[in-house]
Amino acid sequence: MAGQQDNSFLKRTPLYDFHVEAKAKMVPFAGYEMPVQYPLGVLKEHLHVREKAGIFDVSHMGQAFLIPADGDFKTGARALEKLAPGNFLALKPGRQRYSQLLNDKGGVLDDLMVTRLGMKGYEHCIYLVVNAACKEQDLALIEKAMPENVELKRMDDLALIALQGPKAVCVLASFAPEVEDMAFMSSLDIPVKHADGDLWMHVSRSGYTGEDGYELSINKSEAGKFWQMLQDHEDVEPIGLGARDSLRLEAGLCLYGHDIDENTSPVEANLVWSIGKRRRTDGGFPGADKVLAQLENGVQRQLVGIKPDGRTPAREGTKIFSPNGDEIGIVTSGGFGPSVGGPVAMGYVGVDFIKPGTKITLEVRGKPLPAHVQSLPFVAHNFYRKKK
Amino acid sequence: MAKLYYSKDHEWISVEDGVGTIGITNHAQEQLGDIVFVELPETGNTVDKGDEAAVVESVKAASEVFAPISGEVVEANAVLAENSGLVNEDAEGAAWFMKIKLSDEGELGELMDRAAYEAFVASES
Repeated sequence: MAGQQDNSFLKRTPLYDFHVEAKAKMVPFAGYEMPVQYPLGVLKEHLHVREKAGIFDVSHMGQAFLIPADGDFKTGARALEKLAPGNFLALKPGRQRYSQLLNDKGGVLDDLMVTRLGMKGYEHCIYLVVNAACKEQDLALIEKAMPENVELKRMDDLALIALQGPKAVCVLASFAPEVEDMAFMSSLDIPVKHADGDLWMHVSRSGYTGEDGYELSINKSEAGKFWQMLQDHEDVEPIGLGARDSLRLEAGLCLYGHDIDENTSPVEANLVWSIGKRRRTDGGFPGADKVLAQLENGVQRQLVGIKPDGRTPAREGTKIFSPNGDEIGIVTSGGFGPSVGGPVAMGYVGVDFIKPGTKITLEVRGKPLPAHVQSLPFVAHNFYRKKK
Repeated sequence: MAKLYYSKDHEWISVEDGVGTIGITNHAQEQLGDIVFVELPETGNTVDKGDEAAVVESVKAASEVFAPISGEVVEANAVLAENSGLVNEDAEGAAWFMKIKLSDEGELGELMDRAAYEAFVASES
């Protein structure tokens, strides 16, 4: 319930006016003035995405291309593999991977999406999406690490819109039928029908809610038109950052700066699936010695799902204790899961306590709160599986 | 006839026969958004004016509810333990938080009446 504050230093996305028009509550986030919720409210926005479809303005995130001068995709992929443990060399045109930029200790500097463009004539290019709060450092780091013949091109003139939910496919396919049968974590560069003429965009079947859906990268000058067209669809509601957070938490997806940071490794964070098989033996990324040793010998602590047994939410920073009173970890994300209908959390605990069902105690406002370890996600993923 | 007072922490207190029924204002409820949990004090606790007496949690965050007056907690609204969403529906009615037996009715003089509270809310936004 703060009074007036000076937001004049904050940046705005090209969709700012639409959020204000929709009476969103705007808050500072990663240097931008962003909608945290619309009049519908976090709870109903969250449930709407699980039931129908929601649109999220994520234009604050960083977008960039890696363009090799020799026209060989492998040149850029090989250079990027020096910064992150994904198997980018194996990316087929139009395919996307989740990965992390690591430091020399194997800690996570940021997580990111890496896509090999699929459009003819651009298959050598890599498209990156990084977190808003990290984008300046990330892009500086990547630029510095690229050889002379790989250009990092910032795409500050692109907006990014996520369309998420079980109805996302029907909504988008009504304007661009070819999106219907796209594989999960694949992308297309296509025209989307609009009354004023086609809108070209980069479409990937991915997201941050655990639901089926798309992320759509479109020129800033056309983003408003597209947003309006989606918002006018009867199944679509605009969704703020509040519900984005509760949706990703129920889906067990890490939030950078909370569940993962410079002091957590991808092994501790249960992100081993995102480390390429070849890379688990060959290394060649920052902190590989640490990460490979962890894969070989195990880790001391791991990120787990935590379900408080009662109704009290356990927020980030809540201390975790074993049944006999030893401090064993800390909550890194926690709140109320609207689809779960109760509190949910994620946090790090000692590896003796990672088994689902393990009883733990959370300390909330000085009081012990019974809880147990639960396997993630809290709400089953509803990603699209291609029909054979 | 009960008399209504308001605090700068956005609580209301309705006083009758030396007992104050306390809740958060509709304005506070609107600011917090969807309420998902309310933690209430135990009956028999004594609180001083300004003490943290209850906690109200929205989807996003936890906020303290401070005792607007000193006294002994004589009742907590058990309905809220099961149905915290009632705070969003009827903050200044059925969703009262607690009843406190006032130890110093003089403290009421430091609180606002409805008109003063409304002016205070207007000045904050």
